[in-house]
Amino acid sequence: MTAETIHHAVIDHRRGGRLALFLEFWSYFRENRGAVAGLVVFAITCLLAIFANVIAPYGPTEQFRDALLQAPVWQEGGSTRFLLGTDAVGRDLLSRLLHGARYSLFIGCIVVSLSLVVGVLVGLFAGFIGGTVDTLIMRLMDIILAFPSLLLALTLVAVLGPSLTNAMIAIALIQQPHYVRLTRGSVLTEKTKDYVTAARVAGVGPLRLMFRTILPNCMAPLIVQGALSFSDAILGAAALGFLGMGAQPPTPEWGTMLAEAREFILRAWWVVTFPGLAILITVLAINLMGDGLRDALDPRLKRS
Amino acid sequence: MALLEINNLTVEFSTSHGPFRAVDGVSFSLDRGEVLAIVGESGSGKSVAMLAVMGLLPWTARVTADRLVFDGKELLGLDDRARRAIIGKDITMIFQEPMSSLNPCFTVGFQLIESLQFHLGMSRKQARNRAIEILRDVGISAAERRMSAFPHQLSGGMNQRVMIAIAIACKPKLLIADEPTTALDVTIQAQILDLLLSLQRETGMALVLITHSMGVVAETAERVSVQYAGQKVEEQDVAGLFSDPHHPYTAALLAALPERSSARRLPSIPGVVPGQFNRPTGCLFTPRCSYATDLCRKLAPPPQPPALGFALCHYPLIAGRPQGHPGNREAAE
Amino acid sequence: MLRFLFTRLVLLVPTFIGITIAAFAFIRLLPGDPILVMAGERTVSPERHAELLKQFGFDRPLWQQYLEYLGNALSGDLGRSLVTKRPVFDEFMTLFPATLELSLCAMIFAVVLGIPAGSVAAVKRGSPWDHMVMGSALVGFSMPIFWWGLLLIILFSGILHWTPVSGRISLTYFFPPVTGLMLIDSLLSGQKGAFTSALSHLILPTVVLGTIPLAVIARQTRSAMLEVLSEDYVRTARAKGLPASRVIGIHALRNAMIPVITTIGLQVGTLVAGAILTETIFSWPGIGKWMVDSIFRRDYPSVQGGLLLIAVMVMLVNLIVDLLYGVINPRIRHAR
Repeated sequence: MTAETIHHAVIDHRRGGRLALFLEFWSYFRENRGAVAGLVVFAITCLLAIFANVIAPYGPTEQFRDALLQAPVWQEGGSTRFLLGTDAVGRDLLSRLLHGARYSLFIGCIVVSLSLVVGVLVGLFAGFIGGTVDTLIMRLMDIILAFPSLLLALTLVAVLGPSLTNAMIAIALIQQPHYVRLTRGSVLTEKTKDYVTAARVAGVGPLRLMFRTILPNCMAPLIVQGALSFSDAILGAAALGFLGMGAQPPTPEWGTMLAEAREFILRAWWVVTFPGLAILITVLAINLMGDGLRDALDPRLKRS
Repeated sequence: MALLEINNLTVEFSTSHGPFRAVDGVSFSLDRGEVLAIVGESGSGKSVAMLAVMGLLPWTARVTADRLVFDGKELLGLDDRARRAIIGKDITMIFQEPMSSLNPCFTVGFQLIESLQFHLGMSRKQARNRAIEILRDVGISAAERRMSAFPHQLSGGMNQRVMIAIAIACKPKLLIADEPTTALDVTIQAQILDLLLSLQRETGMALVLITHSMGVVAETAERVSVQYAGQKVEEQDVAGLFSDPHHPYTAALLAALPERSSARRLPSIPGVVPGQFNRPTGCLFTPRCSYATDLCRKLAPPPQPPALGFALCHYPLIAGRPQGHPGNREAAE
Repeated sequence: MLRFLFTRLVLLVPTFIGITIAAFAFIRLLPGDPILVMAGERTVSPERHAELLKQFGFDRPLWQQYLEYLGNALSGDLGRSLVTKRPVFDEFMTLFPATLELSLCAMIFAVVLGIPAGSVAAVKRGSPWDHMVMGSALVGFSMPIFWWGLLLIILFSGILHWTPVSGRISLTYFFPPVTGLMLIDSLLSGQKGAFTSALSHLILPTVVLGTIPLAVIARQTRSAMLEVLSEDYVRTARAKGLPASRVIGIHALRNAMIPVITTIGLQVGTLVAGAILTETIFSWPGIGKWMVDSIFRRDYPSVQGGLLLIAVMVMLVNLIVDLLYGVINPRIRHAR
């Protein structure tokens, strides 16, 4: 063996840095056609929501007394005035759906932000402190998890009073345990690793240790959970709205629209079908994205 | 007539980066009652070749051969039912990791009786009695009690004995052992190898032992086949192989044995086994061979005659000297 | 195994205490005067107020009130419904069988369809079958089940007239409840056509309630099977020359079921949440509908009682599932 052979050292030419990480993630994500489709649909929904004011032919609460329960344009009795038909008090379904998109996305964002921020903080805290405080917090989370989610949300809203805001708070509270557990679990795993010990030895204070050293390494499962929560929040708010405990009429929230439409299901199928379809498409798109995110963020976990 | 005849066996895997040839034109034959060792590094295709014979490869693998005959029956293109009548009964295989090769949800007894019931049509009671006998044959004490044990309750060595028991349950004509001792403690290794050999002697079955250890080869085999990067590069009887290897790779493997080195540094073979993306043209061993010439790099070598151990080399070694080699270079070591 | 059982039971106690505290706190968190809430009266004279104060024990320290509440709860006294004046516990027990029947049927539906679907998807990975099963599963748990129920009603009851719209059995049949499970009771009653009527009323709610568990179980089974199919012991089973049906159906599936059992257990919470919506749509007289109605009717003792009972029930089911997991996982059952 000659000395030259040792010098066939492998030099890693891969690019480093944040941009490279993102590009790597993107190339994995791109492979999943379902996830990309989900992303596209979600983007379209966001655009529709943002520009609902401009795109919608009418306002969401404008009533047209001369066109009650009018069928969609392609059916007999429909007209081009109201493409998707009207509801029992003469409001244009298409406009209400577009404005409803705003509510749904708004709900998703608020709920996820709220539960993420609070959940992560509590989880970090619990994981770091350990001991009795940690046990107490985890017991509290267990109790929240012991109640079926919708039931708890329902009773919380009953306590707080039915409204969209309270519905969002209730749902955010119910999602807490997931974030707390995830974060705490990650903290406990990372805490024992060498790089944390090294940082401690280097004199990094606890706050900085929590946020700058450990948290970035727990991001992947948190992001995936965030996507899941987003769709859960939309479904949860719709369910509460359907039961009359969420957004109150005449708010064009999709779930509330379904509640109002219930008595007409046999007479006017469109009032029932379209709001639910809107929920389905949005949630499906987010779930597809969530699946893709999970596979792309950690290809080792790829179940395929 | 030979028990197992393999002619030009090739296995190609379709991967997302293109086809990968794991086994490339391997041929050999095995007589009844013979003990053959297949030796090679990881990536030499030794396991894949035998898995192909058993039909245990995933659907991504394409198996082709001129002949793949066992006991007079052509195995290629055999329909599923006919194949299952042979596999597990006349040809059996044991694997490297005994702890994970047994089903954790079922008792040892269940897994042993299953074979007996399926292939030999025994009744529950008959099978149970025979199973206890077989467990004793493979050296498991308190056999009756062990029948209701679960794999995770037994040690690695015991699990491997159970695997062997399952393999010999139907009195197979051929047992393929794929690195059966690699995952075991050194002390147990010798026991398991002794067990395999004594079973082979008693039952007269043929034994194919796949290993990467030349030491194991020396102690167990009658004939040896050396594989490199999916090709068979040499085949000889064991004495001949150790005293006069004909392929430079075999020579290098032997030279790397600690027992054979006299220098202060252990010789090693520079370079790595070619994978999917760095396959050389011509002879596959060229990047690592100290005798490589331009001819070796351009032209794939033909197998030499049996007297020279079927060596896949342009300049086969005799007594350490490459025959017909331009320039009288000695090994650069 | 015993240690496993013991630890599980012990962990249950703090959770149970927590649930009772939550239920106890519920009434006191409601806006307004809790005494009025409990009595269900709008305005009361000061004398009546003092009377009620004593009656409900609000003059005593909080911890004493809690202990009294806990004691009552453990002996089955959860107060009286403000609407029917009957004990909450009795109301719950009367309506519980309806939900039980529906939930059991939904779970059976989900398991009987979900496990084979997931297994087939795993065995034929990447094939059109796989995509179809997984696609349907994804749609299944992305859709709001109250909408799904309404759609099915439009299709099967409205257009095809195959199934009835609501209730558990046609109003033309009446027989005293024996088990509370309509399917069994209708058979026992011997009345002609009763069983078919009960069955036809059960179909749509079962499908609706079982959709999400079905989707989740199918996905989980596929995941678990994919992992198991690549394990060494499956290769050994194949090397033994066993037929594919046995290799997959027995050797692989048995191992794949271990994580799937946990999933099935977790679906119980989903079933209760789903029951609330399903029972509302189909006017199914179970505890889900009762809870929603109680909230709207401000029948807060019922809500409080229902909350406690349902949570305890879910907790017990989770315990049973945990124990089942311990039994079928041989590493726990036969720990060294």
